[in-house]
Amino acid sequence: MAATTTTTADVRHDELPSGPLWALRDSWNEARRHLRAVPRSPELLVFATLQPIMFVLLFNYVFGGSVKLPGGGTYTQFLIPGVFAQTVVFGSAFTGIGLAEDLSKGFIDRLRSLPISQSAVLVGRTMSDMVRNILTFGVMLGVAFAIGFRFQGGIARGVLASLLLLAFSYSFSWIQALIGLSVSSVEAANSAGFIWMFPLTFVSSAFVPTENMTPWLRWIAERNPFTIVTNAARALYSGAPAGNLVWSSLAWAAGITVLFAFLAIRKFGNSASR
Amino acid sequence: MPGTGTPSDLVVEAEGLVKRFGETEALRGLDLAVERGTVLGVLGPNGAGKTTAVRILTTLLRADGGRAVIDGVDVATDPARVRARIGLTGQYAAVDERLTARENLDLVGRFYRMSPKDAAARAQELLERFTLVDAADRVLGGFSGGMRRRIDIAMSLVARPVVLFLDEPTTGLDPRSRLAMWDLIEELVAEGVTTLLTTQYLDEADRLAERIVVIDHGHAIAQGTPDELKDLVGGARVEIRLDAHGSDGDAVVAALGELRSPGGGPAMHDGLLHVPVRPTTTAPDVVRALDAAGVTIHDVSVERPTLDDVFMTLTGHAAEDEGGEG
Repeated sequence: MAATTTTTADVRHDELPSGPLWALRDSWNEARRHLRAVPRSPELLVFATLQPIMFVLLFNYVFGGSVKLPGGGTYTQFLIPGVFAQTVVFGSAFTGIGLAEDLSKGFIDRLRSLPISQSAVLVGRTMSDMVRNILTFGVMLGVAFAIGFRFQGGIARGVLASLLLLAFSYSFSWIQALIGLSVSSVEAANSAGFIWMFPLTFVSSAFVPTENMTPWLRWIAERNPFTIVTNAARALYSGAPAGNLVWSSLAWAAGITVLFAFLAIRKFGNSASR
Repeated sequence: MPGTGTPSDLVVEAEGLVKRFGETEALRGLDLAVERGTVLGVLGPNGAGKTTAVRILTTLLRADGGRAVIDGVDVATDPARVRARIGLTGQYAAVDERLTARENLDLVGRFYRMSPKDAAARAQELLERFTLVDAADRVLGGFSGGMRRRIDIAMSLVARPVVLFLDEPTTGLDPRSRLAMWDLIEELVAEGVTTLLTTQYLDEADRLAERIVVIDHGHAIAQGTPDELKDLVGGARVEIRLDAHGSDGDAVVAALGELRSPGGGPAMHDGLLHVPVRPTTTAPDVVRALDAAGVTIHDVSVERPTLDDVFMTLTGHAAEDEGGEG
């Protein structure tokens, strides 16, 4: 049957094009594979969105009365950027879990046996997770506005703050990619992906001012890149002077992306189903 | 290499493959050769090194030693050109369950640099070929293992590979799906798809492969056609039930003449006369020989050793009951 014979006359196995533009097309096709799945399991998106909404509401109404802000201002305006930051960073865990799933099902083997750009699989995955993160972020923003959060620094700065958070979360996707490719199961990717993000996000300025912490904890919290990003976003949302915070945040995001993309792509080249 | 064709007919040519994982030596000098348009069965128990060999040949793993060439392209120095030539169906059905069969096929076509139009046309072609048209636009999540495997193999054929690698294609399938998969593989083979098939099932290798390499502990311990391998353990024998009126056993043996195998003499077991014969002997051959000599008998059958016997003889253990990783 013509459909499956091995006559190679009509397939030029040696002339498959490659190059950066093809790598981009490969990445897009891989991203589309994941994006197609999003509307097909709406419950995933619903739960991914419900969690940050609960965080916004719980923190705001449970801690709101008892957290003293050294600089004054409302706790809502203080808290929301922290919840945003934590949510997008937690959202990066999807990258590792998804890769571990593809690995355990042998799909990574299939992709690695195709003549595609090897980095496209990870670029496509992280990009599609970014899109999912943006959707969650939009919903969260709506809830935040409903309980009194405002872009006090104006729309442009508000958008910039949001993009900064998303860029930071994108860099964390690459850390999670490395984790997902390194662990031995989906369950392990889940645990290993989340466990370190709790101290990272709580020992920070996200939920309480670092001024209220014991000195050694405060010392750590103030050097935590997550604090730097949260503070940058908080300053931009509130219209306060952000100083070097924005540049430091971008430097962290870029540095983490470059380092972990390098490590994850190298790991991908040696990965295999188990 | 023991292949009968000229070297240019070899689509897969591996020599002395060595692979170590820490202390474990998964492959210790494995040679493999697949001629164009044929099926090579790589038969061995779990942990023999079958999957490791497939991974090296499909560029997923680098060998620590030896050399492998696919359609004239070296897997170590030019993996991208190798990937353009091969189709891989691994031990798991590597399909995206969140997508439909059509979307899975379309995706692979695009990854092979086809235009969206060509990829869609090729997907349709394969859906028809694999009689998946009715289920083409349903998400794979609820499909049976057998269906997923079919789609998996279809995905491996999108770019008309020079060689198809099937790594334990029926492992984990129920008996009915397994038979359906055998039919499908036989059809592909009839269409001329060059295939390297690994299996731990002897009946599978026997039915599908034209040549078999038996591997154990990372190297080949025997190879040949299924019949050649069976000859290693003594070839075939005829079992004759003598006529009730007392046909003469010696006359029967004499009548078989040229059909008899040089090794081993006749013997009586449970009222049956066992005579070792040449491996190609068929029951009609025996009947004709006896007729020609005017010897009457009650019944005759030709018994051949199974690959189970072969495996037992070669390795001292059965093929299917050894634990460990593939």
